[in-house]
Amino acid sequence: MRRQNFSRRGLLRTGAIGGAGLALPTIFTSSASAFTNAPTGSAVTLGFNVPQTGAYADEGADELRAFELAVEHLNGGGDGGMLNTFSSKALDGTGIMGKKVEFVTGDTQTKSDAARASAQSMIQKDGAIMISGGSSSGVAVAVQGLCQEAGVIFMSGLTHSNDTTGKDRKANGFRHFFNAYMSAAALAPVLQNLYGTDRKAYHLTADYTWGWTQEESIAAATEAMGWQTTEKVRTPLGAGDFSSYIAPVLNSGADVLVLNHYGGDMVNSLTQAVQFGLRERQANGQDFQIVVPLYSELMARGAGSAIAGIPGSQNWDWKLEDEGTKAFVKSFGEKYGFPPSQAAHTCYVQTLLYADAVTRAGDFNPCAVVEALEGYEFDGLGNGPTLYRAEDHQCFKDVVVVKGAENPQDEFHLVEIVEVTPTEQVTYAPDHPMFAGGALGECNPGA
Amino acid sequence: MDAILIQILNGLDKGSAYALIALGLTLIFGTLGVVNFAHGALFMIGAFCAVTLQKILTLSVTTIDPERTDFLGNPMKVQTPYVENWFGPELGAAIIDWAVPLAILLAIPVMVLVGFVMERGLIKHFYKRPHADQILVTFGLAIVLQEVIKYFYGANPIPTPAPSAFKGSLDIGVWLGFDPYSIIYPYWRLVYFFFAGIIIAGVFAFLQFTTFGMVVRAGMADRETVGLLGIDIDKRFTLMFGLAAAVAGLAGVMYTPILSPNYHMGMDFLVLSFVVVVVGGMGSLPGAVLAGFLLGILQSFASMNEVKSLLPGIDQIIIYLVAIVILLTRPRGLMGRRGVMED
Repeated sequence: MRRQNFSRRGLLRTGAIGGAGLALPTIFTSSASAFTNAPTGSAVTLGFNVPQTGAYADEGADELRAFELAVEHLNGGGDGGMLNTFSSKALDGTGIMGKKVEFVTGDTQTKSDAARASAQSMIQKDGAIMISGGSSSGVAVAVQGLCQEAGVIFMSGLTHSNDTTGKDRKANGFRHFFNAYMSAAALAPVLQNLYGTDRKAYHLTADYTWGWTQEESIAAATEAMGWQTTEKVRTPLGAGDFSSYIAPVLNSGADVLVLNHYGGDMVNSLTQAVQFGLRERQANGQDFQIVVPLYSELMARGAGSAIAGIPGSQNWDWKLEDEGTKAFVKSFGEKYGFPPSQAAHTCYVQTLLYADAVTRAGDFNPCAVVEALEGYEFDGLGNGPTLYRAEDHQCFKDVVVVKGAENPQDEFHLVEIVEVTPTEQVTYAPDHPMFAGGALGECNPGA
Repeated sequence: MDAILIQILNGLDKGSAYALIALGLTLIFGTLGVVNFAHGALFMIGAFCAVTLQKILTLSVTTIDPERTDFLGNPMKVQTPYVENWFGPELGAAIIDWAVPLAILLAIPVMVLVGFVMERGLIKHFYKRPHADQILVTFGLAIVLQEVIKYFYGANPIPTPAPSAFKGSLDIGVWLGFDPYSIIYPYWRLVYFFFAGIIIAGVFAFLQFTTFGMVVRAGMADRETVGLLGIDIDKRFTLMFGLAAAVAGLAGVMYTPILSPNYHMGMDFLVLSFVVVVVGGMGSLPGAVLAGFLLGILQSFASMNEVKSLLPGIDQIIIYLVAIVILLTRPRGLMGRRGVMED
């Protein structure tokens, strides 16, 4: 006769193993659907993962406003914004393929692990079929990798590192925002006109993926026109007080300080550089200059008068004159009372582009969306004619070169447009060395 | 040589902030025996006193200017601060410009009150509990305080500029015989350094030359004997908690033009200030001040390119390395007394 050895401990162990198996995240297990989080009801859920705290919280708050506006327009609310100017007419204000658009939000905290955790929660618990947002390339690269594994589309927000669509590119990831190479390619000729070819540049660089590629790009572009690079100094993200990094610039022999910083870091480092009198000093017989390769109105607001006359580049500016920009600024301005930032613009556009791609493909399957976006040419979204290049999922479009206004008429005119650099000048080959080392791989539907 | 002088100067303002926070921490530890992890939050609340006064002073009346248009093409809404209406444009603008120094007047009563409520409402219940319990409860309190500030003021740094009279920088190099612009130091950082010196001297003078201070020092040395003499030492120690809170708050107010305040700035300073207290010697007021300046200057030196090229990342860990070395060679810190935290 067989004895059955049931013990309390054995029962608990079996129960724990069974429970853990049942609780395994659905994104790591197969499902009955053909792809992850296939919408089954009358609604579809998008996940907006933005920094609500940390050095890039300003951008995050504006991104969230833009996402809300985009969802409102997709569902037929408001004045329709850029849906009226978008070259594609697939979207009709009835949501996405007739399903009402709903959204969930997460806080990336400008930290890769926190961003991955909140994205994973949105995919796993809330059923998000697309993740968008972010104001840091470190975060974007991390979340893009997670979305690739999970089988959802990642429409990145503000991410400017070459790596996002370079060595860390993924088939499920798409970037509308420009990148460090494009900034440098647009900015260098303007710097040459403003400051000549005989300059010595000192770089202060945020010590993470964006800062590294920004430094590499702007140093290469300025060295190509004759500038010398005296020093490249890495600073920790969120350092706060940059004085101990700025003080050595005084006796470095440099006559240009390039601040490869963004967000709160840029506000602090620029303000402190001005406090240290860098802009009043002479070096090598020339006026000392400061350059901020990546700019935004939000940063200009934080930096105040320190920003006056300082050149930089932007993906977009609310003062552009095209119809798409006018429509977006009107919608956003009437809803929130102030003009949108470039972070808001890129997030709004990415949401529309995703919805449009699903609608054109007639399918929410990520692989169908990838196919619809690859090589897609569009217009009317604020940047002129734009291409989503198939080889790296990077958008190619005009770049805006700006400088801080000397006498701003109000708090919204802190940045002046210097020129709009045409797409051809900022386009590079898919196998450019600064973007080498990565491959898109295969799209992952997650099933 | 000029590079070394720059880094010494540069370390002074950071060291001043460390010294002021560490001074308050040591006052609380020396009097009440409490390890107060909420002290960084007091520094942060002080900074937000400056933000609050700036917001109050810039409260505005809105009028419509039909001749100008906003970004949407609508008639422009023009904001005029009430203080400019009440005191005239020039005096009103000057009052707003001097918001940070004026915030000292607001911060002193606010911080003493916050310190009093914190001590009477929560911390007094933990006097006889182990240090681990005190650390847990004050750390929890710090998180609550910073979340309250985040709720009301948001997560973003808020620019709080120095008065325009202090916006430039001083060419110290010329005074010392170096080339022009070789040693530059912003006026406000000098102001901060001297301000810290005055506060530190004031606290020491208060403890050294007043009857109240004498009783407090006696209580720090032998609490029971002072109690047996019929002196209510607890009441005096509660006031010392308020004084320590005010010192941290004033340090925060005056630091706002150097670093735009945000809700987690206290936490950034707290950990370093604790290292300062330990290096200076637990319970030693002169030790806290000495270690504050020492570590501030060392941290500044570690940021020099020459040092970083030899030891990459040293700027991030120098304070902790120094703390390890000092505690290995002088376990009581630079000026620590026998018996403190040794039972």
